[in-house]
Amino acid sequence: MADPMHQFQVQKIMDLPDFTLPVLGKVDWAITNATVAMAIAFGLVVLFFTVSTARVAVVPGRMQVVGESIFGFIDDLAVSIIGHEGRKFFPYVFTLFTFILAMNMLGLFLVFGPTAQLAVTATLGLMTILLVIIVGLVKSGLSFFKLFMPSGVPWYLLILVTPIEIISFALRPFTLALRLFGNMLGGHVAMKVFAGFVVSLGALAAGGGLGLLGIPGAALALGSVVALTALEFLVAFLQAFVFAVLACVYLNDAVHAGHH
Amino acid sequence: MDPAAAKYIGAGLATLGMIGAGIGVGTIFSGFLQGALRNPGAAGSQFTNLILGFALTEALGILSFVLGLLILFS
Repeated sequence: MADPMHQFQVQKIMDLPDFTLPVLGKVDWAITNATVAMAIAFGLVVLFFTVSTARVAVVPGRMQVVGESIFGFIDDLAVSIIGHEGRKFFPYVFTLFTFILAMNMLGLFLVFGPTAQLAVTATLGLMTILLVIIVGLVKSGLSFFKLFMPSGVPWYLLILVTPIEIISFALRPFTLALRLFGNMLGGHVAMKVFAGFVVSLGALAAGGGLGLLGIPGAALALGSVVALTALEFLVAFLQAFVFAVLACVYLNDAVHAGHH
Repeated sequence: MDPAAAKYIGAGLATLGMIGAGIGVGTIFSGFLQGALRNPGAAGSQFTNLILGFALTEALGILSFVLGLLILFS
């Protein structure tokens, strides 16, 4: 059976000369299939919103309705979680949502899903948590650290609660990255394994004799692949949504750190 | 024991952590459905909270899944 992990290998499409950066050292500067897939996702998002807002009318056309509803969906989300100040963070959350959604969806159409690479999701997670820390420190200064000391907790419990809060805060970028990565990786592996069953059971049936029993098995596996594909479309949307929601929740912590 | 066999057994055992995440996700959706059927009017506004709880619970299961993959492929 084909190796289910083969589809996640990053391959160089065009090799460019290596650069030496001052801090990071030698950087392998090549256009890989991951770069191409992310560029396509980015291009599709830009193209979609350019086309949908090209001819803005009071009575919107089909494309404009879709664009506006995605826009309104994330706007509602940011404002309902962060409150009035959510508008400031709306561009970031909206970019995250559309970019991750495009990458997840492309993973189902292309042979390569960029969000099934830990490097991609870890970058998005680290970016979000760095923004949270910077916003928290700028907005509320040192009282940002009150986040780790919930109010109304007696001092003897704080000895126990504060380390737990610090650990749970430190784990946020990891869970943010691993959730998206694990969901995408798991979904693609499951689809590939079931698709492999179809081929291997079909090959068994081609041998004739008792092997013909493989035909119903192959049909069952084929049905499972169809069902899993439908499920993966749901998961692709849900994970992009979850990433946006969690980014909003963490930003809310940072914005309102001074007063809880 | 053959080290390769031990690796496969370890990877299988690591993914057992997903049992807990499965129970947790089931509890969340059952709780949501129970509440939603008693008060359907308030159900729509709690969708974000539902997805949030689901995501936070599922992350722990995903951690064990990733751990299993790490054991298997490293």
